[in-house]
Amino acid sequence: MREVYLDNSATTKVSDRVAQFMYEVMTEYYGNPSSLHRKGIEAEKLLREARENIARALGVKPREIYFTSGGTESNNLAIKGTAYSMRKQGNHLITTTIEHPSVLEAFRQLEKEGFCVTYLGVDSRGVINIGALQKALRPDTILVSIMYINNEVGSIQPIKEVASCIRRNKNTVFHVDAVQAFGKIPMEIEGIDLLSISGHKIYGPKGTGALFIREKVRITPLFNGGGQEQNIRSGTENMPGIAGLGAAAKEAFENMHSWGKTMKDLKKRLKDRILAEIPDTVLNGPDADEDGSCQDLDAPDEAPHILNVSFLGARGEILLHALESHGIYVSTGSACSSHKEGKSHVLSAMGKSNEEIDGAIRFSLSPFLTIEDIDYTVDVLKKEVEEIRKFVRKQTWR
Amino acid sequence: MSNMYLISFGEIALKGENRPFFERILIQRMKQALKGFDNVRIQKTHGRIYCFADGAREDVISRLKKVFGIVAISPAYPCELEMNSIKEAALRAVKEVDYRGKTFKVETRRPNKSFPLKSPDVSREVGAYLLKNLEGLKVDVHHPDIEVDVEIRERGFVYCRRIPGPGGLPLGCNGRAVLLLSGGIDSPVAGYMMMKRGVEIEPVYFHSFPFTSDRAKEKVIELCKILAEYSGNMRLHVVNFTDVLKELGQKGPDELLTILMRRMMVRISQEIAARVGAKALVTGESVGQVASQTMEALSATDEVARMPIFRPVIGFDKVEIMELAKKIGTYDISIEPYADCCTVFVPEHPRTRPELDDVHEAEEKFDIEELVRMGMRDVELVDIKKVV
Repeated sequence: MREVYLDNSATTKVSDRVAQFMYEVMTEYYGNPSSLHRKGIEAEKLLREARENIARALGVKPREIYFTSGGTESNNLAIKGTAYSMRKQGNHLITTTIEHPSVLEAFRQLEKEGFCVTYLGVDSRGVINIGALQKALRPDTILVSIMYINNEVGSIQPIKEVASCIRRNKNTVFHVDAVQAFGKIPMEIEGIDLLSISGHKIYGPKGTGALFIREKVRITPLFNGGGQEQNIRSGTENMPGIAGLGAAAKEAFENMHSWGKTMKDLKKRLKDRILAEIPDTVLNGPDADEDGSCQDLDAPDEAPHILNVSFLGARGEILLHALESHGIYVSTGSACSSHKEGKSHVLSAMGKSNEEIDGAIRFSLSPFLTIEDIDYTVDVLKKEVEEIRKFVRKQTWR
Repeated sequence: MSNMYLISFGEIALKGENRPFFERILIQRMKQALKGFDNVRIQKTHGRIYCFADGAREDVISRLKKVFGIVAISPAYPCELEMNSIKEAALRAVKEVDYRGKTFKVETRRPNKSFPLKSPDVSREVGAYLLKNLEGLKVDVHHPDIEVDVEIRERGFVYCRRIPGPGGLPLGCNGRAVLLLSGGIDSPVAGYMMMKRGVEIEPVYFHSFPFTSDRAKEKVIELCKILAEYSGNMRLHVVNFTDVLKELGQKGPDELLTILMRRMMVRISQEIAARVGAKALVTGESVGQVASQTMEALSATDEVARMPIFRPVIGFDKVEIMELAKKIGTYDISIEPYADCCTVFVPEHPRTRPELDDVHEAEEKFDIEELVRMGMRDVELVDIKKVV
């Protein structure tokens, strides 16, 4: 059976070259970078190389890159680390209603500890409003945290505008959760103080990530220990993981343009065919064709790799399982929240109806898919959506 | 070192001529439960069972607590038939419990009349010895916190704890039944209750991929593993129900769908029962809980049954069932939210009082025997191994 993996925003398959490199690090360059002997120096060299790869990809200094265990840790470190270190300067924090749980839950925790948090809403395309941000900013705002690309619907936030809006507030630190953007689109780093990235979304290993911390910004570490990563993240470095992350970042950035173009074309075909050939489907998220933007690959406003569509009356979860029996893997909402009962908080924030939320499927692409994969997916979708609609009973949408 | 346990069993003691049969099964079940412990010996004397096993007492007890038929487990401390040895055993027994600030009394039984001291004298001497050697212990002969029991038989032993077992009858002494296991809260509890009465359980689960996720199936397997802690290894029958469900969904009237589905499940379960030599079905239905569990709906289900359908939680409130599920250990798994087919196919207005005539009329559109064959075509057997 053909396998079409369309869940690349949940996680990706590790690239062969990255896996091979990690194997070598595990079996040959297994030293601890802190050791004084040659084995340690070898490892330290690999560590430096990985750090440089990330720094180069972001256009920042290597010493501004701190390795972590992934997006969740980077987000927690950035948000709690800033709040704790800037407590004296202010008590007010700003984020959005569509963030990843690792951001939202970190803010909930800070609220319990006495911080005051403003949650910015989004419009029906899943994009925040700059005016609302301007209104929310206060002299005692110490942190603004906004994601670059939303993981469920692929909307791109106006990061550049946010940065210039915040610049006037001297005490405000700007954090960006760029887990879905890193390696996928060219990013605007100017004005960003903290930026989270993850390895396993860019064909690197799970359990790896990094936080960019601009030189002038001071944050409080969450772990105490041996003082690794300039005292910001203690713990012996996950060398195979870090090396893998570095290699994956290098690959992703070298190929960003061509991979982006490939995914964009695949996404367009998938979207156009679904909307044209399957009745009662609704696009969730920005629509480039309608907005007339997004022809410019360097400044898109929708992600090239995420497409979210509601198949009304065809329950997302059933459709997901039906597709799986044809070797097609997708997700409903996001993998992190679809385990729990309850509706996608992102689609709810966008004002989607319960029926739309219930029928929502997220397709997340990789450049290794082919046009045949996409056509196969649409053909199966047509058949299965029709089949499921026969059985799903009319519900009272609560 | 091998530790001793005194096992009390309740109802079995009431059995007349069949008593050896029940005792034999109980001993067999205890041996199964203590698999993995070294030097397990089980001795049967009049009215009680002594168990010996190596290993930490708490580990042995937690296994025995899951053997149906056992009413209580008492960690016992053997001794020579000689006062000094009896006193030392008593001291060790009491030291094992939290005795500080508590009251106690000593109770002696002496069926072995060759022992020179009389029971009250033994009690008094042991009591005095304990008082002298343990700080913070006081005597109260009427309402003691701790009762120290000294038994002088062919051999002697002392115990002071009675840890309740699950009660009931040893598993396997009352035949075998097929349990319709849904993954919800009620059906595992129903299965447990029948197992407690000595009935061996063959669980069957109706899987309807893609309407239910494979995770729902995994969840049912996890539930079976909890039940297997009480029963030992068992076998889960996973019926691939999708085609039957689709057929019903396409041709059946919406408001009767649930009842038609239940009737098919009963029919298919009976086929499985015949295969495995089971003589009854067990469900987790509780009267009035949902639309398919009204009196009318239950009778419509029963109509197709050729064997008794046992519903041990029929008169329980949801909260009571939940409490039991927590006690058994299935609750946390049951509440994981993977939809089962019932919730996907629930129509907006299910008929709560189906008329049998309507049900018959609806079923006329189907080749029922063919539907049963469809269900039996793809039955996956999953061996459930006891984990602990």
